[in-house]
Amino acid sequence: MIPLIGLALGIVLGLLLQPTLPLGLQPYLPIAIVAALDALFGAFRAYLEGTFTDRVFVVSFVSNVLIAALIVWVGDQIGVGSQLSTGVVVVLGIRIFTNVAAIRRVLFHA
Amino acid sequence: MAERRTGSRRLAALARSRDRLTGEEPEGRGDQGERAGDDPAAAGPPPGAWRRIGRAALHPGRSQVAAAVVLCLLGTAGVVQIRANDSGDAYSNARREDLVQILDGLGVESRRLESEVTELQGTKARLQSGADSQRVAREDAQQRVDELAILAGTAPAQGPGIRMRIVDPQGKVGADVVLDAVEEMRDAGAEVIEINGQARVVASTWFGDDDTHLVVDGARVTRPLTISVIGDPHSLEEAARFRGGIVSEITGPKIGGDVQIEQSDDVVVTSLHAPPAPQYARPATSGPTPR
Repeated sequence: MIPLIGLALGIVLGLLLQPTLPLGLQPYLPIAIVAALDALFGAFRAYLEGTFTDRVFVVSFVSNVLIAALIVWVGDQIGVGSQLSTGVVVVLGIRIFTNVAAIRRVLFHA
Repeated sequence: MAERRTGSRRLAALARSRDRLTGEEPEGRGDQGERAGDDPAAAGPPPGAWRRIGRAALHPGRSQVAAAVVLCLLGTAGVVQIRANDSGDAYSNARREDLVQILDGLGVESRRLESEVTELQGTKARLQSGADSQRVAREDAQQRVDELAILAGTAPAQGPGIRMRIVDPQGKVGADVVLDAVEEMRDAGAEVIEINGQARVVASTWFGDDDTHLVVDGARVTRPLTISVIGDPHSLEEAARFRGGIVSEITGPKIGGDVQIEQSDDVVVTSLHAPPAPQYARPATSGPTPR
């Protein structure tokens, strides 16, 4: 219940405050969001399987986001930023699908 | 037998340690899905999963607060990103290579459009010069029409000139004298000649006499005569007054009349000559005649 309230609060905060990201960070926000989604689904899967730990969740969330952004940043520095961001999105997308498939199996046995 | 038990114990321990090791990173495990399908105990029965969700909704804990904070961050970031995408300012998020590519495309497009502009401007200049030459030709033709209308007496005219008033109480100024006067005026550069404000003198004008009156183009004109002439006033007056000219002829003893000449800056000639339509002659289709 509280996580859903937190999500709603975050959306409302984003709509009301309209925070602006520094220009240099803007290319990395989409990648960070995809990484966060991956961590989120992984956490939900672990929760359903009974192996959830909040410490691991927070650490993995932060590290996922930071590593995804870092990879893209490094790619930008060496001139393969768009290719690397595509690769990161593909990998994270595969992981999201795997996690969602596991969640589906646990919840619906299907 | 004992060896086998030991081996199986070691296998079980290894499996436990593997579970422990892999269990520390639950959300990253790619093999968890397969394992969950193999081992229902690890995944838990579906009622167990649903019950867990229900219990969590009723009894929030520390972990849920952490999840809420993380979800709050995620929601804010998502909204920021969606707004940035929706604002249509796609270029602020684009990376440098993409911008360079976009700029390159724009440069190519701009060069193409510039060449198109040059081409169209050439076409425009060509069309304009064509229209200009047509306009010049039309103005030229209109000017010639105006000049010819004055010459043929079909248009009113005005300009500097003289008015010559001939008074002869004895009525001796006949057609020959008037013809002389007209010839003198023409020699002096008269462009338009009019007699008594009613008879326009053109190329085909004739003068005659009946019993008492002078006849111009078949119409009687009354005395005293007033001849209006458009031309250079000084030349016209000199042409009329030179010794042995028209003035001395009229004021001479044979006629005994009087001539008053008045120079004017604005002689207005309104009488018109109606040329008959040519019955036989047709314009020949040749090039433009030299003027």
